[in-house]
Amino acid sequence: MAVVVGSFGINFLMFLRFFFPRVLFEPKTKFKIGFPSDFGFGVDTKFQNAHRIWVVRNTEGIFVISAICTHLGCTPDWKPSEHKFKCPCHGSGYDSEGVNFEGPAPRPMDRAHVEVDADGQIIVDLSKSYRWPKGEPSQFGEDGAIVRV
Amino acid sequence: MSETNGQSGGQSGNGAAGKTALAALVAGSKEVKTRALQEMETYKQPEKTDLWKSVLRVKHDETPRSRALGVLSNVFLHLHPAKINRDAVAYNYTWGMGGISFYIYVVLVFTGALLMFYYHPSKVVAFRDILYLEHDVPFGKLLRNMHRWAAHLMVITVELHMFRVYLTGSYKKPREFNWAVGVILLVLTLLLSFTGYLLADDQLGFWAVTVGTNMARATPMLGHDGPFGSMFGMTPFNDVRFALLGGSIVDSNALLRAYIWHCVAIPIIASTFMVVHFWRIRKDGGISGPAPMMLESEIKPLRKP
Repeated sequence: MAVVVGSFGINFLMFLRFFFPRVLFEPKTKFKIGFPSDFGFGVDTKFQNAHRIWVVRNTEGIFVISAICTHLGCTPDWKPSEHKFKCPCHGSGYDSEGVNFEGPAPRPMDRAHVEVDADGQIIVDLSKSYRWPKGEPSQFGEDGAIVRV
Repeated sequence: MSETNGQSGGQSGNGAAGKTALAALVAGSKEVKTRALQEMETYKQPEKTDLWKSVLRVKHDETPRSRALGVLSNVFLHLHPAKINRDAVAYNYTWGMGGISFYIYVVLVFTGALLMFYYHPSKVVAFRDILYLEHDVPFGKLLRNMHRWAAHLMVITVELHMFRVYLTGSYKKPREFNWAVGVILLVLTLLLSFTGYLLADDQLGFWAVTVGTNMARATPMLGHDGPFGSMFGMTPFNDVRFALLGGSIVDSNALLRAYIWHCVAIPIIASTFMVVHFWRIRKDGGISGPAPMMLESEIKPLRKP
């Protein structure tokens, strides 16, 4: 009896583990986007289709917003005329720096890690992200979150 | 020579051997002729031959026993009772929604299987396959639309069925367990709708799976973004969202998994629960309806002993 129950249990565990593959073939998370001089002030949508990011430049420097709505994961649209991001799925609104101000989004959009390599090109690393959860201090000022140029 | 042996074939002597053989031949051929004549008789009534009866059905007598056996000894029909209360077929009472739901499920399985002939669950070609089906396959557009309409109708009829069961109190004792099975079937119906929606790999489907799985990431304890998720070591690479997508992003693994859930796993699970559901209806006292009643004209007078 114990053998039956035990083997059933082991089989069930194997069944569950089966759903988690060990190797994934997903797009690269680290890539170059060019030189700081390539980007003017404001929101640049050049890499939105290829990498799902916006490159934003302000007086402080250049940072990269991950174009994933913090509500349920759709890609918001940048509306230049209204100077805001608007998510088509459930209407979340973000200002020109990706900070939420309307709709169901709980927090600003995450920012990807950025740094300048030896050539002077900006490297984006999507595997590391900086967040500003509601009610907690912002990580956007940390060193990897913005390239100060 | 006098033949002392009285038996027809038992004659001694060489000269008699030929006669024995001939007699045997004659007797044998007579038998063959009789049988041939009998066989020819059967051509007038082929349904009486063994050959016919080994493949095709035959007419039985119209006795109550035969009619009951017609249901009981049939693999497709025997899930039904041999006889039912006359009022059970009052459609203004049952609406027939359960049966209609099951009929629509069969339509979905059939149209779905046909759709599978032209669909590859690959990110590269799934969207194109649907376009191909609609434009370059005869009746492809009709088939796809039938499948889609049947899916919507099944959700509607299942809900109407649930509504009717509730209104007629058919969830009360002894039918509580069947109600629970019905709720599970409702959830499975909705899951079938959801997974099927994703297979076209169009904008609607892609964002639907994005939103749906992002809801899953907020599951307590099992999702990397949910309460107590980090406590259990959940990351985007090992939580329940990862299990649903087969990855951390909505990509080819997610499409393939939706395909398997939609076409194989959930139909098998749903069919199992349907069998239980139909069985419980019988065991709990038949399809629920008003108390059976007899008309006065049907009451037979007692026979005097």
